[in-house]
Amino acid sequence: MQTETKARVDQLTSPAGHAVAVLRFEGDISSTSKDAVLGTYQTLPKATTKIVLLDFTKVDYINSSGIALVIQMLIEASNSAQKVYAFGLSAHFTKVFTMVGITKYAGLFHDQAAALAAL
Amino acid sequence: MTEVKTTSVEVRLPSRLGYEKVAMSTAAAVAKLMGFKEERVEDLKTAVAEACINAIEHGNLLNEALSVGVVLSTVDDTLEVKVIDDGKGLKALPPKPDIDRKIHGEEDPRGMGMFLIQALVDEAEWVKGSNGRSSYVRLVIRLDKETE
Repeated sequence: MQTETKARVDQLTSPAGHAVAVLRFEGDISSTSKDAVLGTYQTLPKATTKIVLLDFTKVDYINSSGIALVIQMLIEASNSAQKVYAFGLSAHFTKVFTMVGITKYAGLFHDQAAALAAL
Repeated sequence: MTEVKTTSVEVRLPSRLGYEKVAMSTAAAVAKLMGFKEERVEDLKTAVAEACINAIEHGNLLNEALSVGVVLSTVDDTLEVKVIDDGKGLKALPPKPDIDRKIHGEEDPRGMGMFLIQALVDEAEWVKGSNGRSSYVRLVIRLDKETE
């Protein structure tokens, strides 16, 4: 019943010259998404990955278990001196992320171009 | 005398994660028929999903022999949703989650569901069932004539 979460990583460079690891998610983000969310994040080399950008453009459903996975990622990123940003959330999930305080630890952008331009 | 229109829709879900999406879709369809704006429909979908997830996980303890009842009732411009499980109900509402404490490892990263429910609908109450069963959460969302 739950749509499988797919995730892949793209390595980009921002116009300012910073290396950015983009984690692109697709499907639902829920309790079954641990491998896709945390597992994919944990494949990034901590020594060289300093900016992580989460792409939610193709995510339709995020529940509180999925939000908890994002928070777990933010905890690991905080402990590794990484900055996390996100784009592609719907207006509703932008509101939800703001309500729960995620925006305090992960800046949100409308789209990838806006995010890269700011990084 | 003004006629009061009432409608009721019921859904029964298996206690299996993922099936909360059936209740979400049903609630969204009813809310759209009532004329709710898309933004409020999305609020309702998330609140209903979280209520069903709680019922499946904590009320029915993922026991697939038990089902979760979802009853949507409309009275004029008000939509009430009851999500019923076979659990004993809540002892107490959890404290409001604190993102700073979560990030610093002082609080479980989980535990956002009930906060979201309360934040996204006009009323939310958790009611213990008699005989320690059939507990439910009751959500109310109103069509705001000023802004809808």
